[in-house]
Amino acid sequence: MTPPPPIPLYDRTIGQLREALDRAETTSVEVTRASLERIEAVEARVRAFITLTPEAALAMAEAADARRRAGERGPLLGVPIGLKDVLCTQGLRTTCGSRILEHFIPPYEATAVARLREAGAVFLGKLNMDEFAMGSSTENSAFQVTRNPWDLERIPGGSSGGSAAAVAAGMCTAALGTDTGGSIRQPAAMCGVVGVKPTYGRVSRYGLVAFASSLDQIGCFARAVADCAPILQTICGHDPLDTTSAPEPAPDFAASFDGDLRGLRFGLPKEYFIEGIDPEVEAAVRAAAGTLADLGAEPAEISLPHTEYAVATYYLCATAEASSNLARYDGAQYGYRARGTTNIIDMFTRTRTEGFGAEVKRRIMLGTYALSAGFYDAYYLKALKVRTLMRRDFEEAFRHVDLVVTPTSPMPAFRLGDKIDDPLQMYLCDVFTIPCNLVGLPGISLPCGLTREHRLPIGLQLLARPFAEATLLRAAHAYEQATDHHRLRPPL
Amino acid sequence: MSKVSRQDIEKVARLSRLAFSPEESERFAAQLNSILEYADKINALPTDDIEPTAHGLTLANVFRPDEPRPGLTPDEALANAPETEAQCFKVPPIIQEMG
Repeated sequence: MTPPPPIPLYDRTIGQLREALDRAETTSVEVTRASLERIEAVEARVRAFITLTPEAALAMAEAADARRRAGERGPLLGVPIGLKDVLCTQGLRTTCGSRILEHFIPPYEATAVARLREAGAVFLGKLNMDEFAMGSSTENSAFQVTRNPWDLERIPGGSSGGSAAAVAAGMCTAALGTDTGGSIRQPAAMCGVVGVKPTYGRVSRYGLVAFASSLDQIGCFARAVADCAPILQTICGHDPLDTTSAPEPAPDFAASFDGDLRGLRFGLPKEYFIEGIDPEVEAAVRAAAGTLADLGAEPAEISLPHTEYAVATYYLCATAEASSNLARYDGAQYGYRARGTTNIIDMFTRTRTEGFGAEVKRRIMLGTYALSAGFYDAYYLKALKVRTLMRRDFEEAFRHVDLVVTPTSPMPAFRLGDKIDDPLQMYLCDVFTIPCNLVGLPGISLPCGLTREHRLPIGLQLLARPFAEATLLRAAHAYEQATDHHRLRPPL
Repeated sequence: MSKVSRQDIEKVARLSRLAFSPEESERFAAQLNSILEYADKINALPTDDIEPTAHGLTLANVFRPDEPRPGLTPDEALANAPETEAQCFKVPPIIQEMG
């Protein structure tokens, strides 16, 4: 019987690449060339990259090969990775998907990026996103529309749409993204890949261009749950440069991968299975719950009573923080500056009006309104109190279960243009992912099936207690290995 | 909660340093109204003795010793500036002559 053909280099997992590299079956230069060839083959249709850096990538690959020849080993040494364009890369343009930073070249590097660099990863380039991470479809990018590799007429999700699409299409082995209200998990679900948002504070936000400081978190995309472990291991951990960085050291996230979920309790919160959710999404998630039970996990009934207030709470807290964080874009020290103004206020106003897109302006306005005199108590402060109520909901639930199991998104990938004219409809896409950010929990989305007619990916979301990423990855890995969804590839 | 008027939009726009055409102001007012109307549902919740949560972690007062460390050089700090002069960021006038 003939052996199956080897998996193309661009399609391998981090684990498979590491094996081949350690056995000298291939080199990082070969692996990087394979990714670059794949990019040449499909990027024109997917449009995931804002900035591609092939020469720099090959130089990094050569450096990784030299380190390996000198005897160094490591799970990310020589692995091609993409970076969402909201992460500062020293000397390399970082746009945040915005005209206002179109030519901005950071003089320093994000800690998460520096840690990957130190580990010998190869950077392929900067990936497309909704402007300043505000969006759920990547349609708000000022530069280009990224298309879902599973159906090029549909959105890849957002705001880390470029990262999700690049990994789904085999253009990167893995990618970094960021998640403020679901911006890793939702595109992961839309594109049929794994997406992890660690506990708030696990990954330094130094060099992450801020949207909402109490919600933003860096995380990763990959084609296998096990691939997330070395990435998280590398980027997690206290950073003195970020005062919101948690002191908790990063444990070995993959230590307990054994496929046996006995002793683990999980619950499907009844408030997540509401009218309006796509019936195929519900069916796939319930089937996944059955698989978890087959693996030994014990189901329990849980309730998260304040779920219906999550979107409203988020769009007050996050926009308030954003209005403050985006005040720095005024044309004075960096970025776009409007020409021909005669006084500073005019310069600020025209710079921001011309440089920002519509969604960013909408959120700045909403946040400013929520914080303004006369409305602060009713909107912003009230939202912060609801946040406490939601945290208590989860604390209560975690007295009965170790994992909360939900759909990632109420619907699979919708068509480009479908929701762009109705902001509120777009915001409601985040209903299942938002609570995790408000409360600061770790969350993962992984593939759990395809829709019947259009073969669109469906995402399963797991949430765990703060700092319990090891539990999250263990359960996700066991589910993944017991099913075939992770083997499916888009028809590119 | 009162509806957001065009005057409210103009005031908030001034605070945000954004300018809108009359049509855009109308459209924004309508969109903000529908979002705020949706957000109003949180007002139904009793929260009188609930503490606000501004942040996911319980960190407070994270300090370091007040010791100087290397930072950006002036050239690095000015590298992205639209306009510079004498190692400063140059901007349009802040204070103007009246009359």
